[in-house]
Amino acid sequence: MKIVIHKTLKHYLYKSLLNYKKCKELLINFIVMKLNILIIVILLMVSCGKNNKTAEVFKEVTEEAVESEIKKGDIELEVYDYAGFETFLNRKDDKVYVINFWATWCAPCVKELPYFEKLNSEYINKNVEVILVSLDFPHLYDKKLKPFVKEKKLASKVIALDDVDMNSWIPKVDKSWSGSIPATIIFKNDNSKFYEQSFTYEELEKEVKQFLN
Amino acid sequence: MKKAIKIISAALLVLFISAFALNNMTQKGYGIGDLADDFSLKNIDNSMVSLADYKDAKGFIVTFTCNTCPFAVLYEDRIQALNEKYGSQGYPVIAIMPNNTDVKPGDNMQAMKQRAQEKGFTFPYLIDKGQKVYPKFGATKTPHIYVLEKTKKGNVVKYIGAIDDNHEDASAVKIKFVENAVDALLKGEEVMQKETKAIGCSIKV
Repeated sequence: MKIVIHKTLKHYLYKSLLNYKKCKELLINFIVMKLNILIIVILLMVSCGKNNKTAEVFKEVTEEAVESEIKKGDIELEVYDYAGFETFLNRKDDKVYVINFWATWCAPCVKELPYFEKLNSEYINKNVEVILVSLDFPHLYDKKLKPFVKEKKLASKVIALDDVDMNSWIPKVDKSWSGSIPATIIFKNDNSKFYEQSFTYEELEKEVKQFLN
Repeated sequence: MKKAIKIISAALLVLFISAFALNNMTQKGYGIGDLADDFSLKNIDNSMVSLADYKDAKGFIVTFTCNTCPFAVLYEDRIQALNEKYGSQGYPVIAIMPNNTDVKPGDNMQAMKQRAQEKGFTFPYLIDKGQKVYPKFGATKTPHIYVLEKTKKGNVVKYIGAIDDNHEDASAVKIKFVENAVDALLKGEEVMQKETKAIGCSIKV
């Protein structure tokens, strides 16, 4: 269920491929334009080969770099379908879970994120955990979601839910949910409450406190 | 004296309950089988549009949508296709933009006009200025569809929810909820799936 995407690796592979393609293009242009300077073409071919080798070396180096970056954990994203995600909702370990559904494209969601972050940091020792469930479009994970998480330095756990069959899973989260976001579910063991609304920090704290008593 | 207190408390109770019921109704909006009130909203061509203007319609595909919500944008072509397919069969699309344009300037009348022109919308694209219409329907997000059937009693709500079951990829859609609903109504049959859920952008107040 868990998919880890190595963005930078893909990027570099693509880049080295592009390099080779460009070289080839240049060659073809040359042949068409000046047939009489074949010698230069041969020379160029030789240098192209060299270029390719450096590209390979470059790739090796970047692979190492990517590995160390992943160790730091800043480009890792857990992606779940609903069946995988459901395990988060079924935890019964006396902890208060605050699960917020959001997306980078949702302005009111982005506005209230700092409150969830604050809650997570202030209540971390009181057995409260915030989980931010992104509903961003999968093709924008690399372009939008990961840079956002990195830039805002989100400390709460961020996961992505990718399941297009919304009509099946939305009512499973809560029967009353019409599907608009932001939406939040707070629960502790079998006791849970669902909110299809935006929060201020005070409102959010008040709700969480009800679960702590 | 005791009687007076009893009467007052009973009156208060009735007031309290009715206030609650009213509040509940405005929050929830129409359900399946309810009659939808007509409205008069400004179109992108500056004309005022009402459901009553459509004398020959058999019903309507009322679509709450906007320019700025990525989900709504993903469905733009499919909304246009619905109007092309069902407009001539008596079920035109009536699109309503419900957002507060002070909060979302990208949804103002000028932007709506531009968007409609770029995409070649053939349906009316109305602005819910004053935001009085969407709460009556109970729309909470964009896109949010209400299929209405015109009857002697009025326009009856027959379907509420999403257009289909795959927002990301129109070619991978398995169930076309709105098409199924309108097809059933055109055949005089019962709509099988009356309500569906989908993620959308909350309407900006």
